[in-house]
Amino acid sequence: MNFKLKDIVPQLITVLAVVLVFGFFTYNAQINMENRGIDFGYGFLSQESSFDVQFSLIEYDGSHSYFRAYLVGLLNTILVSVIGIIIATILGVIVGIARLSPNYLINKFAAFYVEFFRNIPLLLQIFFWYFAALRALPLPQDAEAMFGVFFLTIKGLYVPAFIWQNFNIFFYSIIAAIIAIIVIRAHAKKVQENQGKQIPVFLISLGLIFILPFLSFLIGGVRLSFEVPVLKQLATTSFIYEGGVSLPPELIALTLSLSLYTATFIAECVRAGIQGVGKGQKEAAASIGLTPNQVLKLVIMPQALRIIIPPTTNQYLNLTKNSSLAAAIAYPDLVLVFAGTALMQTGKAIEIVSITMFTYLTLSISISILMNWYNKKIAIQEK
Amino acid sequence: MFKYLKQLTSLVAMVAVLFTFTTESMAAKKSKTLKNTQKKGFVRCGVSQGLPGFSNADAAGNWTGVDVDVCRAVAAAVLGDANKVKFTPLSAKERFTALTSGEIDILSRNTTWTLSRDADIGLTFVGVNFYDGQGFMVRKSSGITSTGQFKDGISACTNIGTTTELNMRDFFNSKGISYEPVAFEKADEVVAAYDAGRCDTYTTDKSGLAAQRTKMKNPDEHIVLPETISKEPLGPVVRQGDAVWEDIVRWSLNTMIEAEEYGITSANADMMKTSDNPAIKRLVGAEGELGAAFGLDNDWSLRIIKQVGNYGESYKRNIADTGILPDRGPNQLWTKGGILYVPPAR
Repeated sequence: MNFKLKDIVPQLITVLAVVLVFGFFTYNAQINMENRGIDFGYGFLSQESSFDVQFSLIEYDGSHSYFRAYLVGLLNTILVSVIGIIIATILGVIVGIARLSPNYLINKFAAFYVEFFRNIPLLLQIFFWYFAALRALPLPQDAEAMFGVFFLTIKGLYVPAFIWQNFNIFFYSIIAAIIAIIVIRAHAKKVQENQGKQIPVFLISLGLIFILPFLSFLIGGVRLSFEVPVLKQLATTSFIYEGGVSLPPELIALTLSLSLYTATFIAECVRAGIQGVGKGQKEAAASIGLTPNQVLKLVIMPQALRIIIPPTTNQYLNLTKNSSLAAAIAYPDLVLVFAGTALMQTGKAIEIVSITMFTYLTLSISISILMNWYNKKIAIQEK
Repeated sequence: MFKYLKQLTSLVAMVAVLFTFTTESMAAKKSKTLKNTQKKGFVRCGVSQGLPGFSNADAAGNWTGVDVDVCRAVAAAVLGDANKVKFTPLSAKERFTALTSGEIDILSRNTTWTLSRDADIGLTFVGVNFYDGQGFMVRKSSGITSTGQFKDGISACTNIGTTTELNMRDFFNSKGISYEPVAFEKADEVVAAYDAGRCDTYTTDKSGLAAQRTKMKNPDEHIVLPETISKEPLGPVVRQGDAVWEDIVRWSLNTMIEAEEYGITSANADMMKTSDNPAIKRLVGAEGELGAAFGLDNDWSLRIIKQVGNYGESYKRNIADTGILPDRGPNQLWTKGGILYVPPAR
């Protein structure tokens, strides 16, 4: 045992202070709630919620419980975050690389995009998309069909629904394709290491992912048909589209603004990552005869990713947390449904806010853990 | 000699102790909220973020409306000046927390009195200053003239955190109509969304519909459907646990209504002191000691009537003359066919 008292004491004092502060707040809240006759408890979660939600991924209506309403909000938050992260990543990578393009127009356009979108507050951008851009869309009866089947209206985007027969066979064919690709990749790596021969893995993978599902249509009895939205009249001047899938304008506005905003930061991370790889690396790789594609794939990107991943993780976390701004435009996310309506109907402020905070914490930590795992995987493995 | 002195001192001490006890209980009677309000010099009042007729601020920041007048009446009674009110605009979602956390002392924000709100969340409703019911607004051009014409797929805009959200579900459920609820946090956003065509109908309390209609691009293009789908008694709310403050707010409101009943207005209140009717004399502080019960002077009710006016004056000034709801409907005195009926001030 070689710890010293002077090392331990400050730690103890800190822990004690934290505990005391928390204790004080808990005690204070307890006393105040008692004085005001407010009960504390999570029992309300199993009560009937008796309010409806506009948009839900699971079956829900007011006869379900508050807990179910919580799940609805949580899933909507996850939905907008996942879509936002995917779009922001794709856009961010493209713009980040574009900023390094020798082409003047592409380069400047990317720079303009980044500076424009990252310097306007996100809430303002959400308002712009929702209250200005999407509100200017036509009413359902005036909307023109895009490609004959999509209808973009003030009440939302209506797209055809897929009607599957034997969907499970189609699903298995995709899984089979993915497994085959993994096996072939491993095999290709072995061949490359042992014999120096290269197998065109990318082309084979592309072929597999198309051919196997295609076969499932030919011989697996899978059938796909589309249900196209049809205009329905509710009253003399009010219409909606029936059938198909409708994406509410609130979801579209939120996804657009979140991904356009976050993509600018990801673009900068990507640019920093690529520029952070020494010029000598590229030159050395070229000098041993690698093609420019191979240089990017085998030399530059593996090193750049190490720089890109940690700050990009922050951006993913930001996007997820920023999605709570949904409450401003009526997208039923966790904050609007649970910390909004449910809180108001039950009056359980402390319980609901604590659950909501804990949920965001869990979401963020999950993303962190996932990204840290990936970061560790691509980090330099010292041998 | 010293022996007596000792007895004397203990007697003095006992009297002193007794005396402190009595003053202490008097002070306790002067409620904590009342004490704080008098110390601060203004009444802290939570209102809406802008609902014409009920609580609405003009360009100069002056608040008017029947809900605002309740707070002004309390200020006149407690502080002697109806203008000594600090208004805090609150969204439907924020309102109860603002009151229970002590940020405001009266919530006068077109709030529906329900059992769960009264009993569950540390609030007490003190009365009703507007009898309302939930209705629907649609565009005239839609050709809809009754809720019976609503069809599956209709989208309805409303506020979150309101009883309207619950009533709406009950209504559509009982009719077996599937609908799309679009709920915003701010009333202005609801109106803008409906006005732009995002929703086919806008639902809230009928008074709210009438008031918000005045804010729309073209008010004549919209109509409020005749059906009323719920009871919405709107009234001021206070925190639970301060009975004296609760009574002051309740009786400030009651004073306004009873003053109208007896024909006492802001113009004739002073003259009414010499009235033959003891009920009138009590209301203007010329008879009885009504203020003492709350720890106020006897002119508290006279000040309310002189500075704010009676309920009828407030209604006319804020709701009728502004064209929101010229017909008082149920908000007429019980003596004139309405349901406004308050306990007697005596």
